[in-house]
Amino acid sequence: MHNNLRRLSRIAFASVEAGAGIGTAVIEARKLVKRFGAREALKGVDFEASTGELVAVIGPNGAGKTTLLSILAGISKADGGEVHVPEGEVGWVPQQAALYRRLTVEENLLLFARLERHADPGASAEEMLELTGLGERRGEVVARLSGGNQQRINIAIGLLARPSVLLLDEPSVGLDPRQRARLWEFVSALAETNGTTVIFSTHDIQEAERYGGRLLVLADGEALFDGSPDGLLEAVRREASEAADRDFETAFVAFLHHRGH
Amino acid sequence: MRWLLLKDLQILRRSPLQAVLLVAYPVLIAVLVGFAISRSPEKPRVAFLNEVPADARVSVGTRELPNIGVNDRICARVECVHVESRAEAVEEVRSGDVLAALILPANLVNRINSLSTPFPNTPEIEVVVSEEDPVKARLVNDRIDALIAQANLVIARRIAAEGGKFLGLVLDGGDLKVLGQTIEILGLRNSARIVESLRPSLPPGDLRDSVDRVIRFTRLARNNLATGEPLLSRLAQPIAVDKEVVDGSSPPLESFAIAVAATFTLAFVVVLLVAGSLALEREENAFPRLTRGLVSHSALLTEKVVLGVVVGLAVTLLMLTGLALFVPLHWGRFGLWLVAILASGAALGAAGAALGAMAREVRAVSLLAFMVTLPIAFLSLIPSGAVGAALSDMIEIVTALFPFKPALDAMTAALDPAGPDLGVALLHLAALIAAYGLLARFALRRFAAV
Repeated sequence: MHNNLRRLSRIAFASVEAGAGIGTAVIEARKLVKRFGAREALKGVDFEASTGELVAVIGPNGAGKTTLLSILAGISKADGGEVHVPEGEVGWVPQQAALYRRLTVEENLLLFARLERHADPGASAEEMLELTGLGERRGEVVARLSGGNQQRINIAIGLLARPSVLLLDEPSVGLDPRQRARLWEFVSALAETNGTTVIFSTHDIQEAERYGGRLLVLADGEALFDGSPDGLLEAVRREASEAADRDFETAFVAFLHHRGH
Repeated sequence: MRWLLLKDLQILRRSPLQAVLLVAYPVLIAVLVGFAISRSPEKPRVAFLNEVPADARVSVGTRELPNIGVNDRICARVECVHVESRAEAVEEVRSGDVLAALILPANLVNRINSLSTPFPNTPEIEVVVSEEDPVKARLVNDRIDALIAQANLVIARRIAAEGGKFLGLVLDGGDLKVLGQTIEILGLRNSARIVESLRPSLPPGDLRDSVDRVIRFTRLARNNLATGEPLLSRLAQPIAVDKEVVDGSSPPLESFAIAVAATFTLAFVVVLLVAGSLALEREENAFPRLTRGLVSHSALLTEKVVLGVVVGLAVTLLMLTGLALFVPLHWGRFGLWLVAILASGAALGAAGAALGAMAREVRAVSLLAFMVTLPIAFLSLIPSGAVGAALSDMIEIVTALFPFKPALDAMTAALDPAGPDLGVALLHLAALIAAYGLLARFALRRFAAV
């Protein structure tokens, strides 16, 4: 499947590869503020990501991860701050599969390819079927697929927009370890091979550490850390020295506690 | 937009229960309305027991009136279920097979005849009715009252006619048959003629004066009695009805019933479908994905309304075709049907879109659609004047704010030339399309919020 992913990703994202090199900021947010009533979900968060980066947004429940991604995706509007995103080139994959469960896999892909005004929607759907490895199940109604397979279609639909930035909101929730491994293999290939900037949120610290090239730690709407996994490990050891010799997740929780969260 | 429309139709096709309901519902409504219309509402089933002897006759003085055919007259107005005894009649009512029982007792004619004697007895007939259902009881009472009033009228006319014949006999003379014998009645005119012919031969004096007095009396009596006959005939029905229609003509009851059935079907199918399919976009999490540049809010709303109009049109036409098996429809007005259905469907769809955008969840949407559509539909059927003026005004305002009433007016106008003004109904629907469209557009702003 890995070979398939790489080959088809090249087809889908040829335009992205042509002009972009790693290190160029393609998405940027400054002093983002978002309020839900009296509660501030984001408190002046700064963020940027470069071409081909794989950024993990991590933090406890209510940290503001989904809110940040929603604003970057253009689904929510910030109450303050600025967002600069490449227009029409941001792919959005919501946490819960945004699919029509009574349509088949192929019908879903065809529908969104048509809505994306692809010149040959059939060919685009075929590409995505091969990409997701669900070609043999193309005629199955989505409601009958496992959560993992639904998530693969969900991501494939997000990719139909041929985005230079792909936003994934907790993409591995509900997937078994084998399905998670396939998902991250697929996502990593998008960033490494095609230069797609991938920003994903997750609860799973180890997953973030393993697959994220860069980590953004949010807690109660504040950005506590923005840097490499090694940098976070160092910060955790430094600030939560009592938990430094424990596993990373425990140490991370202690780090959040030290920061008042 | 067409791809979304095709997607919704595909989803509809994949939901067997919905698809069956969409076909079965109009067919069921068509059959029910068809039966209701084809069975005349003026003929309720009534158990009928006539104990009056076959040879009994109503008499006026010494003269018997001819048989007025009581059985035939009653059974022409109600569907008679003939029974043999009072107990059987009561059982028929109890079982619900008939609305009421009508019993003509054996002494009915004797009592009618006693009215012209010094010792009159009030003639009575017996009505057996179940009061279990107040609405049914009221209907039966109204029917029986009308039936008795008609029977009284028939008898009064017969008596008046016989009285008129007697007056004619007194005036003009003739033969009167009494107890098998024929008696010659001279009559006032003939008497006067004879007396007048005798007068010249009488010498002036007391006798001639007396003859003159008799002649004056006969002239006076003749002139006054001549007015008695029309007076008698008017006594039977002193008040006549002169009906004047001041506010246009009304369509036949059948057309109105069909319009009600069609509008009910259209309203429920379109409102539920549009509201439900819009809420489904949110439940499937597809709304944010769609509206991130693939489809505008307005295009999405328009697609949902078009979906409702397309399905509503098909279902309503199916129902009208079914109804055509029972009652003749004006197929020549098919173009107007289409206009009315399309405009009504669009307005109902816009209302459905607003409800869907506000309620957001499919289950809440279904409940809300029923809670709004059903009472508004019933309120729309209350005729002005049936309730107090203030309440009537309030009902008029409330029903004008929802598309059911103008849709019903449009359907009635399209189905029958005697219906209300189609143009006014279409303008009303157009205004509601704009209003509900704006409301839906506004509600969609917070549609995706949790």
